[in-house]
Amino acid sequence: MSTFNFPESIRSRPVYGTLQAQVGKSHLMIADAHGAEAVLEMAAKEPAMMAQSHIIYIPKGTQFGLQIQALKPAQYYEGPSYAAAVSRIKRVLSDAAMGLQIYLSGTEGLIGQAQYEVMQAGFDYTAIQTEHRGSVARRMQCVHCKGITEDVMIDPFQCSHCGLNLFVRDHYSRRLAAFQGVCIDAEEPGNVPLSVELYS
Amino acid sequence: MNIQFNDETFRDDYSFKNSQRAIDRFPFPFHEDSYMYSVNMEQHQGGPVDSVYEKRFDVDEHYVSEMRDREMVLADDPLRCQSLPHMTLAGWDLLELIMVSKSEDYPELFELHREGANWHWINKPLGIDDRFVFMDDTTLPYGPMEYITRQTQGDFCVLDQREENLWMDAGIVTTQADWSLDFDIGMNFFEWHAPVPLAHEKGIFKRALKFLLNIQQGAPARRLNWTMTVNPLLDTSPENYHKWGVQKMSLTPQNLAEKQYLRVELQTFFRLPRSNALVFPIRCYLMSFKDIVSKPKWGRRLHRVVRDIPEELATYKGFIDNRPMMLEFLSRYDDGLPTSFGVWPDSHTEPALIESTS
Amino acid sequence: MNVPAPNSTAPKLTGAEKIDVTITAIVPLNDLVTRFEFKRSDGSLFPTFSGGAHTVVEMQDGDRKRLNPYSLMSDPANRETFAISVRRDDEGRGGSLFMHNKVKIGDPMVISYPVNLFSLDLRARKHLFIAGGIGITPFLAQIKQLVRTNGNWELHYSCRNASLGSYVDELTQKYPHSVHIHYDDEKDFIDLENLLHGQPIGTHLYVCGPKGMIEWVRSTAGAAGWPTAHIHYEEFLAPKPGKPFAVRLAKSGVTVKVGAHESLLEAIERLGVEAPYLCRGGACGQCETDVIESDGAFMHRDHWLEDEEKALGVKIMPCVSRFEGKTLVLDR
Repeated sequence: MSTFNFPESIRSRPVYGTLQAQVGKSHLMIADAHGAEAVLEMAAKEPAMMAQSHIIYIPKGTQFGLQIQALKPAQYYEGPSYAAAVSRIKRVLSDAAMGLQIYLSGTEGLIGQAQYEVMQAGFDYTAIQTEHRGSVARRMQCVHCKGITEDVMIDPFQCSHCGLNLFVRDHYSRRLAAFQGVCIDAEEPGNVPLSVELYS
Repeated sequence: MNIQFNDETFRDDYSFKNSQRAIDRFPFPFHEDSYMYSVNMEQHQGGPVDSVYEKRFDVDEHYVSEMRDREMVLADDPLRCQSLPHMTLAGWDLLELIMVSKSEDYPELFELHREGANWHWINKPLGIDDRFVFMDDTTLPYGPMEYITRQTQGDFCVLDQREENLWMDAGIVTTQADWSLDFDIGMNFFEWHAPVPLAHEKGIFKRALKFLLNIQQGAPARRLNWTMTVNPLLDTSPENYHKWGVQKMSLTPQNLAEKQYLRVELQTFFRLPRSNALVFPIRCYLMSFKDIVSKPKWGRRLHRVVRDIPEELATYKGFIDNRPMMLEFLSRYDDGLPTSFGVWPDSHTEPALIESTS
Repeated sequence: MNVPAPNSTAPKLTGAEKIDVTITAIVPLNDLVTRFEFKRSDGSLFPTFSGGAHTVVEMQDGDRKRLNPYSLMSDPANRETFAISVRRDDEGRGGSLFMHNKVKIGDPMVISYPVNLFSLDLRARKHLFIAGGIGITPFLAQIKQLVRTNGNWELHYSCRNASLGSYVDELTQKYPHSVHIHYDDEKDFIDLENLLHGQPIGTHLYVCGPKGMIEWVRSTAGAAGWPTAHIHYEEFLAPKPGKPFAVRLAKSGVTVKVGAHESLLEAIERLGVEAPYLCRGGACGQCETDVIESDGAFMHRDHWLEDEEKALGVKIMPCVSRFEGKTLVLDR
């Protein structure tokens, strides 16, 4: 099962919904890994939307590509990583028109980064459909060195850039598409609790 | 009034000090012997002569040194000052508000001469004499918000207003109580306050937002907030927490009186005319426990507040570990006598401390 | 808000700050619309304002005080003069008739500081304005603001006929490529569906005009997939006359009879009971008042309360809404 019920948290922590087809002139779907399941479920309910849909998919080792292609979207792209897909995302948004509907599904890292590009295009983030699927790993920013560590699964964790021991906050920045990591042993250097798996 | 500007530091050797005048006008934040969140807003239309509430932007003896500290922070980390592209107009609004206010309120320190869009600004304490074209970004060395806030004490958050919310879309933040502008920029009112405990549940932020959304041109408002800091360190940023956090452990019963500071924020709110944005200056005043207990009423009251504050708040404000040591010191200045209502020291009417005989 | 004020001045919630002004020009534009220009009576400068702001004009009509909101339509950067344009409403409660018939050059008046409930979203890549009739006024100020800051905008302005097209000539002369005029009597209507189709991502849509037009634009844009955060509208409602009714104000301990041509808010003010307001047109939410008890029917006319709140009958916006029935007790 690729869904996960996040416990209730603070107001800055993103909340995800369930992708629902919206009335619109065209549709852009960006998904990674198990995010494909959310797209497949939406398309099963609203197959007609596929004729106006552009799907950008990053499988991350999953096997949903053929199923997505079988939906016969107007445009389809499969990329090896988000970094590889982002120039295409920017290009698509650069001459998009109002009436476009946007759907993001998969990991928090994918949703957050794609949402940032959509916001940069001048589109209000509240109008984006999002659905979390798959890994609950987090994209974390070290507030000290500003380095991003992808796919963090434990708390506390060590910053992959500056090496500080960081605790995982629920405070989230849409602009950075990342949660905040803050030094856990600043007051007593070396006093670092054992790491535990997130949501364990 | 003739302000003698201190030559002092807020880092390394911490030569910061408050004069007797600064102690007398310190904005002590507790109006009664206990503390809980409240919206506690009032109009910001002047106040008692020589109080920090008198002028729209208070200038005090720390001005020149604070601006030097800000310059150092920005040189180290330019991300402490940011403005999203749509906030430039609000930056001009802010520049105008501060230049007009300061030149009217402190004519001996600041001058503004305007001929149409050609402006001439003189800041005597900082030795600045600049001519520029209002609303022409290319005629200033920085963006308008950065230019004027490098010359004004306090942090500044410039909030865009839309969809019944306020958005932290620009700011300069170098004297903060442990929050990151670089991380929080772009957030709405509830999001940037998300880490604050208890207040959401009490509906404080909902009511505060409703009040702030309706602040109108010509009717600014203000409130006080507070926290605790070890050493007179202005820049208690999360960015550098791994460097300054350890200072909290340097507190001892022997040095606490001089090293432990009450940190008070005078927060003001002005509607900006051209952009319809709201500017939220956060002005920081620091005072050592030693100076606080020189006012018998403040000493008694601070002891009671620190003793009775809920654990969540003491944790959030970062002094839970040092609380026992703080209480040990403060209890010596609390003889149990009642205190008068209100924030003023009432030095002439409050009884002196009854020295314990033990 | 418990206010232990260092200097005890509680925040003032009743209306915005006031400015004493003198009428310096009265310019009839056509059969229905007249422009009124103000200067400050003390000779000082007005504050600047943001396009879309309104001012509340106080009219002393005999022993009756009327307070009506009007969009500021002058250049926001012009601090010498404020201007409003007023459409005469022969069926209204008399505010516009007072302005048209009784106000003379040189008269002193009191207006409020500018308040903006219809501001531009400055993030917009493009501003698309739809105006109907007198709804052009806020856009006149917004256009002047955007021209100064090199903003990207386009106006579609619908008027009944050429003789009632206020400011049409000025707009088409100054901005021939950005302004599009449509006259009803020429059967030339805004082709909205086509217009909305193909607008670049990041466009914000603004509409001001009659109620039916606002609803048409909002629903058409919604059906074309425009997010609500990109759609802005302003409609000031004038309070409508109705049957007189009685209200008990619980906190103040008084009962007031609301006249047929008077709003509930005006009746409360007439008794000297302080009641907050900003727009007096059902839009800003400031005058929201709790209902303690009621037996009868509410005539909710505001844009502020949610439909569910209206149905529950636990809140009322006294600036525009009325009541018919046996008992009404308010928490005021």
